Amino acid sequence: QSFTMLARMGEGCRTVPLAGHVGFDSLPDQLVNKSVSQGFCFNILCVGETGLGKSTLMDTLFNTKFEGEPATHTQPGVQLQSNTYDLQESNVRLKLTIVSTVGFGDQINKEDSYKPIVEFIDAQFEAYLQEELKIRRVLHTYHDSRIHVCLYFIAPTGHSLKSLDLVTMKKLDSKVNIIPIIAKADAISKSELTKFKIKITSELVSNGVQIYQFPTDDESVAEINGTMNAHLPFAVIGSTEELKIGNKMMRARQYPWGTVQVENEAHCDFVKLREMLIRVNMEDLREQTHTRHYELYRRCKLEEMGFKDTDPDSKPFSLQETYEAKRNEFLGELQKKEEEMRQMFVQRVKEKEAELKEAEKELHEKFDRLKKLHQDEKKKLEDKKKSLDDEVNAFKQRKTAAELLQSQGSQAGGSQTLKRDKEKKK
Amino acid sequence: MDPLRRSPSPCLSSRPSSPSTPPCEMLGPVGIEAVLDQLKIKAMKMGFEFNIMVVGQSGLGKSTMVNTLFKVWKSNPPGLGVPPPQTLQLHSVTHVIEEKGVKLKLTVTDTPGFGDQINNDNCWDPILGYINEQYEQYLQEELLITRQRHIPDTRVHCCVYFVPPTGHCLRPLDIEFLQRLCQTVNVVPVIARADSLTIEEREAFRRRIQQNLRTHCINVYPQMCFDEDINDRILNSKLRDRIPFAVVGADQEHLVNGRCVLGRKTNWGIIEVENMAHCEFPLLRDLLIRSHLQDLKDITHNVHYENYRVIRLNESHLLPRGPGWVNLAPASPGQLTTPRPFKVCRGAHDDSDDEF
Repeated sequence: QSFTMLARMGEGCRTVPLAGHVGFDSLPDQLVNKSVSQGFCFNILCVGETGLGKSTLMDTLFNTKFEGEPATHTQPGVQLQSNTYDLQESNVRLKLTIVSTVGFGDQINKEDSYKPIVEFIDAQFEAYLQEELKIRRVLHTYHDSRIHVCLYFIAPTGHSLKSLDLVTMKKLDSKVNIIPIIAKADAISKSELTKFKIKITSELVSNGVQIYQFPTDDESVAEINGTMNAHLPFAVIGSTEELKIGNKMMRARQYPWGTVQVENEAHCDFVKLREMLIRVNMEDLREQTHTRHYELYRRCKLEEMGFKDTDPDSKPFSLQETYEAKRNEFLGELQKKEEEMRQMFVQRVKEKEAELKEAEKELHEKFDRLKKLHQDEKKKLEDKKKSLDDEVNAFKQRKTAAELLQSQGSQAGGSQTLKRDKEKKK
Repeated sequence: MDPLRRSPSPCLSSRPSSPSTPPCEMLGPVGIEAVLDQLKIKAMKMGFEFNIMVVGQSGLGKSTMVNTLFKVWKSNPPGLGVPPPQTLQLHSVTHVIEEKGVKLKLTVTDTPGFGDQINNDNCWDPILGYINEQYEQYLQEELLITRQRHIPDTRVHCCVYFVPPTGHCLRPLDIEFLQRLCQTVNVVPVIARADSLTIEEREAFRRRIQQNLRTHCINVYPQMCFDEDINDRILNSKLRDRIPFAVVGADQEHLVNGRCVLGRKTNWGIIEVENMAHCEFPLLRDLLIRSHLQDLKDITHNVHYENYRVIRLNESHLLPRGPGWVNLAPASPGQLTTPRPFKVCRGAHDDSDDEF
């Protein structure tokens, strides 16, 4: 129609000086205020063998006692237990979800131990993808359950990583940000610890396991993140018990030979973990999960379903064609299967019919036989009855004849009989 | 996709109700509130984007107003001596401005020629078309398999509509335009060149305009249905009471009582633009920039864009049941300029739309 559009000018490359105070420097605050009113969401996955202190460490990190059902270690395979809590610090509301493995490493055959974990992580991605693809969606109020960080608990053996650890971390490194930590680090001496850390790091590198690197691109955090990267894996101790040390109450573990203070950086790396995980990089962990891991999952899932973006020269909506083709294929298969099932059904019906006919025939034959038998019996009985009747008749005839003779004899011949008898007697 | 976008909107009741998540008392400082600083650092690094559109007949001071708002001086006074164009044009200019470390990529879309013809039928179509085109571009980017880390946002976040200071009431053109545009974009109407009205005339004009808006069910920004909580409602109600703001724009400085102020010099006095007693420009500036900029963007993203997306996805053929993808037919030009109802009508496939 009568509408002309002049091209966009100066696409982003012209920085113009301002002649006065405009006031948009309040933008970061506007943004932060919005986030505060909605609250934040953070999801931690703890992977580690039974007894490595996963729940204690969570309690220590967040300085609270998380109420949850105690894990029952009675199930045969690896389970994942998830609990969500509401935390608040000044005006920041955090919805914290802690997922822990239960029974990890307890099995005799651990080949499939990593599977429930991978499935769980994928399920959260899938749920988000489903929501994102809905027509009517509410992404901004969606409770994001995707795992933002995986704390991998390494047993404090002092030697090297177990093969279960390597296999599991390798399976998880493209799906989640992994921060490896050495659990119950009070079991290792300082010199052993240094060697242990070096060994672990080199094993991870040589096996190509990608662990989470604290970001060093922004100058405000580059330095601290850079130093911390060198301290990985963090050797941590967890404790919720407070002991009096000096004149302060501190969280610690008491042994006959001394007391290990959780927040003493000379004793363990707990403070470093808390710094990195919560105070410096929480937002980056969430961002990496969303822009890297989730996008990878989404891309793979869609490509699996047969979709691809177009290249510049082809038509702009091959998404539709691919979809149509895929859909027709799917419907065709569906029809084929239906047909097959119908055929099979018909076949089975025929067979059953034949069986039934056979049975019916047998029954008829049996019936006929029995009928014949019955008739024979009946005939026999009738014959017998007839002969019996004949005998009875014959008897009756003789009887009547005899009676007749008797009655005649008694009148006329009765005296004769007497006479004869008398003559006989004379 | 842009992580910053996930700061959500006031649209639905945003407090996630969770009866099953127990609150936990922390016995000491943990450091969770540091996440606010982390957010700020990230936002400063990425910079902000803001796209504003000014609509109104020529001579109402649109370009001057933009200059006054963003204090970006152009060497030549805009629009003087240039005859209004024969057809409606849309003219976008992008600048990057910085203040105290905060970078803002500002895009201003001007609409010379709007309402200037003898027959102004459907003069809103190109504007609607432009707005919808930006939504379409964003949607296409969002649907790609391999997406950009940060989708460039060209969607119009705010449309400032200049009402001529007739002093009577809204004209049919104003009403038609506002009705259509309020369903697609955040609209802030202003009384332009308010220095030709006295204070009483302004108030009367304002009331009549508010009455007109109510009669025609025109929902201007800030929309009442998006007030998040009681504080928002109180704040926004105050604003709603003064909308449309009576504004005056100026890009020249004058000396008043020893101070250097922005203003218009006349024979009978100097109208100080930033003086609340003279005009309501500060209210407009505060609304657009200092307090509600992020909110404008959020509503555009969470409401207007989502509405567009729903319509677009529903228009393209049947949605399958079971695993599948959205089936996008090419958008025909006619579809994009027809105004849509604010709440999408629920059709027969109501429940199935929500399944995937």
